[in-house]
Amino acid sequence: MDCHLDVFFLEALLNGVLLAGLLALLALGLNLVFGVIDVVWICYAELVMVGMYGIHHAYKGGAPFLVAMAIGIVLVAAAAALLHLLVIRPVLETPPINQLLVTGGVLFFLQAAATMAFGVEFRNLGISLGSYNVLDMSFSRSRILSFGVALLGMLALWLFLKRTYLGTAIRAIAQDRQIMPLMGVDSKKIYLVTSAIGGGLAGLAAGLMVLNYDIYPQIGLQFGPLIFMICVLGGLGNMIGGFLAAFVISQFIAVGSSCFHTEWGYAVAFLFFMIAIFFRPQGLFGGKS
Amino acid sequence: MIPLRLSPAALAGFVAVALLPWLVRYAFAASEKYYLHLLVQILLWAFIYTGWSLMGRFGLTSLGHGAFTGIGAYVTVLLWNYGGISPWLGIPIAVLAATVVGVLVGYPCFRLRITGHYFALLTLALTEFVRLCIVGLRDYTGGSLGTQPTRHGDGISLTAMQFEPDRVLSFYIAFALWLFGLYVWRLVDRSMDRYALEAASQDEDAAASVGIDVTREKLKIIALSSAMCALGGAVFGQYQMYIGPDTIAGLGTSLNMVFAVVAGGIGVMLGPTVGAVFTQVLSEGLRVIIQNSATIKGLLGSAALALDSAIYGLLLILFIIYMPKGILGTLLDKRR
Repeated sequence: MDCHLDVFFLEALLNGVLLAGLLALLALGLNLVFGVIDVVWICYAELVMVGMYGIHHAYKGGAPFLVAMAIGIVLVAAAAALLHLLVIRPVLETPPINQLLVTGGVLFFLQAAATMAFGVEFRNLGISLGSYNVLDMSFSRSRILSFGVALLGMLALWLFLKRTYLGTAIRAIAQDRQIMPLMGVDSKKIYLVTSAIGGGLAGLAAGLMVLNYDIYPQIGLQFGPLIFMICVLGGLGNMIGGFLAAFVISQFIAVGSSCFHTEWGYAVAFLFFMIAIFFRPQGLFGGKS
Repeated sequence: MIPLRLSPAALAGFVAVALLPWLVRYAFAASEKYYLHLLVQILLWAFIYTGWSLMGRFGLTSLGHGAFTGIGAYVTVLLWNYGGISPWLGIPIAVLAATVVGVLVGYPCFRLRITGHYFALLTLALTEFVRLCIVGLRDYTGGSLGTQPTRHGDGISLTAMQFEPDRVLSFYIAFALWLFGLYVWRLVDRSMDRYALEAASQDEDAAASVGIDVTREKLKIIALSSAMCALGGAVFGQYQMYIGPDTIAGLGTSLNMVFAVVAGGIGVMLGPTVGAVFTQVLSEGLRVIIQNSATIKGLLGSAALALDSAIYGLLLILFIIYMPKGILGTLLDKRR
């Protein structure tokens, strides 16, 4: 173990903050869907993977990156809406655990379908934005960009939920799924729109992921558990909690990985998560249980 | 102890399964080893799935059992490879270790009434934690490449519990394990704990109000279930003579357990077994079809390897939507 309070430690710390932005954005879509529909999409990270492949193909097909990213967002939003219509809606009235399991089937399917369509090799866009060097520390520009875009995405969602009629309806449904339909809110439509927005956020996250990570069919298994952990730690459905939890978890990963091996950073994060939940089952930042 | 009282039909069924190696010998003499291997796999997984279903049927959907099979397999093999401790002693230690982990995670969960989504996601974290530890200890465990138990002489060894070269012997070991699993399932099914757990799964407050110690009951069942899965994982490692974080631990293993049981039927004794037969036959059958079909190969190339997972995933979605009781559960319902 070589962990000192030096410039490298600071670098790890700051990179952790940058990672947190991306993780927070990833957690946001899942939290929105859980908060409103009360469903956990186990296949959420696989939706991100679909978006990454979509962006990769659009970009390699000649589209400028921003267009490719927009295609990715639309693609994942459509996939999420389909997921809701075909898979979630038929099991909405059954025990909640069935909804979690059925999306597990989607996880297997998407992973296998991606393997069949794109093979197992790692792909990347080949875009390199270089990095900033401050003192002896280096920060990749794509990470900084991701952090900024992630913050903007979250702000946009917040404004949408607070300022628009549809956003208000979504928040109302999240508070009471039984009563709001009686007040004239079409819950079927709201669920569908929420799923599409959740998917859109996953698509946005995918657009940032392709700048930082290689694409391969199993990438969901690397990020999925992390995203669930952040959501539960922040209190499932609690978007601000999820945002804060992302910073806690990413510090474990960033600092842990710089001091020990990468796996130990992750392992300690999972251990911390379990212990934290035992002390605060409603999540670190959850008010309501 | 409840005396084993078998109906004639059940007895006939068990005898039929016990005679399967002879059937294989005469019907598929050319590829006897392969079919026996398939049967051993089915029985071992059926045992593990039965272990999962012990608690799964009471609404305790754990995604953490991949951790227990992993602990069972790895502790046994590491003790043998680095401590020279025979699996005869190593397996009990591994089972005990997994049980302790199960209880340690279970106790706060049950005290705090962490159920449903939260329980599933928390146990998922346990699986990931154990997998990461396995990968992190790569100097001993071989990391993500996995490792092998050190061979003790050639062929079969009683001391090292290595029996894989003799497939018929392997079959009867797996068969005995499977029978034991069904027996445990039956014991639980006939016990008062079953009614207590069923009540608790419907309404914890109501169950507690009539004097059921909900936490205690749940702890008993997670201890039993994790011990069984660890035993299954350990024997699986001894049979395969290879253990890897993706074959016997990890999220994939956990999800496979859940899905096979859901596909087979969660509340019936032979449901997990039917699930094991279904998933193994499906993946092996598809593999054989793909290997022998020039059309599919030409169409998909090497991508055909993932076809079975894709179909598997689709079937699971359909099962949960249209057949939530699973194959056996639905069949039994129809007969009534």
